[in-house]
Amino acid sequence: MRNQSFTKHYYIMLLPGFIWLLLISIIPMFGIVIAFQDFNPGKGFFQSEWVGLDNFEYMFALNDTPVIFFNTVFIAVMKMIGNLIVPLIFAIMLNELRMMIVKRWIQTIVYLPHFLSWVILSGILLDVFSYTGPINTVMTFIGLDPILFFARADLFPFIIVASDVWKEFGFNTIIYLAALTSINPSLYEAAAIDGAARLRRMWHVTLPGLRTTIVLLAVLSLGNVLNAGFDQIFNLYNPLVYSTGDIIDTWVYREGLLNMQYGLATAVGLLKSVVSFILIIVSYQLASRFANYRIF
Amino acid sequence: MLRENTWRAKLFDLTLLIVLLLIAFLCLLPLWYTLAVSLSEKSAAAAGRVWLWPVGLNFNSYKQIMGDGSFFNSFWISIQRVVLGASVTFFITTLMAYPLSRSTKEFRMRNVCMWILVFTLLFNGGLIPWYMTIKELGLYDTIWGLVLGGGVPVFNVILIVNFFRNLPKELDEAALVDGAGPWRMLLTLYIPLAVPVLATVTLFTIVYHWNEFFHGLVLTSGQENYPLQTLIQQFVVVINTANMTEDQYKRMSELSNQTLNAAKIFIAMVPVLIIYPFLQRFFIHGITLGSVKE
Repeated sequence: MRNQSFTKHYYIMLLPGFIWLLLISIIPMFGIVIAFQDFNPGKGFFQSEWVGLDNFEYMFALNDTPVIFFNTVFIAVMKMIGNLIVPLIFAIMLNELRMMIVKRWIQTIVYLPHFLSWVILSGILLDVFSYTGPINTVMTFIGLDPILFFARADLFPFIIVASDVWKEFGFNTIIYLAALTSINPSLYEAAAIDGAARLRRMWHVTLPGLRTTIVLLAVLSLGNVLNAGFDQIFNLYNPLVYSTGDIIDTWVYREGLLNMQYGLATAVGLLKSVVSFILIIVSYQLASRFANYRIF
Repeated sequence: MLRENTWRAKLFDLTLLIVLLLIAFLCLLPLWYTLAVSLSEKSAAAAGRVWLWPVGLNFNSYKQIMGDGSFFNSFWISIQRVVLGASVTFFITTLMAYPLSRSTKEFRMRNVCMWILVFTLLFNGGLIPWYMTIKELGLYDTIWGLVLGGGVPVFNVILIVNFFRNLPKELDEAALVDGAGPWRMLLTLYIPLAVPVLATVTLFTIVYHWNEFFHGLVLTSGQENYPLQTLIQQFVVVINTANMTEDQYKRMSELSNQTLNAAKIFIAMVPVLIIYPFLQRFFIHGITLGSVKE
């Protein structure tokens, strides 16, 4: 009756979305056959020569491979830690602020950088950290030698992590602030009666109240171990910092689309996709077991 | 909340306020600095004499941009992309979310469809196969490549689905008794009730399409088809540093036209700054409501 006649309409409603999904997301999944071919765009998927695992063998023989994997994991893990802890501290501080109007203004301001693109922010950062920019002016003023920040491979990963934390910490506080509202106020009163001062109450009431949220966010971020942030690095790096700043995604872009090493680049991309997939599945399993988390 | 009026408590509050204000200031500083540079004299900017206030206030950079045809062309492409992208995405995601918000009893394939959707979130073919597919579809160098190239925004669909699922079941039953079919139900009941979440995801989509530069770079053949962010990326941010020594790199960054670049960057920020107040009003509400499961 009702169910059957409605089901037809449900499929019609899903149709445009699933066509879009098929064309842009699902068909490219079959394109991973390129990783096992000596792909020639002129010949296409079907006529290109099959080479088995040659692309993977070549990949592991390359000197670049361990470097880009190390850089990716190093930058991504530092970002994960920074983006977990800095927003947490900021949210707890903001939660202690009694002036509601000031609080709202601060929130509005710190969320803003999240909505600006890395193109824009990179343009600004390159200027601020340039040889004659404000940072170097300050350094000269206090008697230090100016530094060409974006030519220094040893500093590059740290600039990347710091600027990413700067951009995202405000937005990342949202989830902590939401969790903070669910802490029972009588816990604070009880702690105060027991003689706990402000800092002790933050330590013994606020922090434990956020434990589940912290664990959940930490676990879910596991899936990003191989995502070091393409947009950001692509806009900030240059050949002088490839040794510490080149990551899987930027390398795949250069080898694949600029140097037209289609098979090799697809193989590296596939390896990344598979590892990420496994990590995400594991992290969701953990999240559903420990925090009862479900995506839908 | 508890109130204490000892001098120690007041000192604590004051310190906290100052630290928080400094952090907020740190978030605005780079944007403010860019505006100041864009309004300064070229020589002052190059010498690093500009801080928080323009040195030698003038509007030359903005006048120069007014006469820049390629800047306007790219601006227009970005506008088209945002309008088409936001409307197509709104239409398709809302339509998808309704059947997916039904229970498995009402729509048996619901979970299967949902898992297919989530699978595309977890696994993808990677850059090269995606690029080849877009080319094969004939979307290369067209506005539709930019509009559709990002794929279905699955997170937005999930947010809307969760929001729909949290609406009271009684509404559904009442509408059913009145003889409403799925289309009427969606149009007259669900969409009006879901305004907070729909506004949130639409504003996210607008920001995404305005900010996205990479598809503009790889899916178009040249400058005349670049959206604004790609144009800025290619001519302001990326300087071709291949095979440069440190000294050459230094000289090059000294030679670039800082004030003009700052003006371009600032203009590209303006649309986001304009919609931001609206965005801000909605997104916290929209996100927290949409991400809670029943």
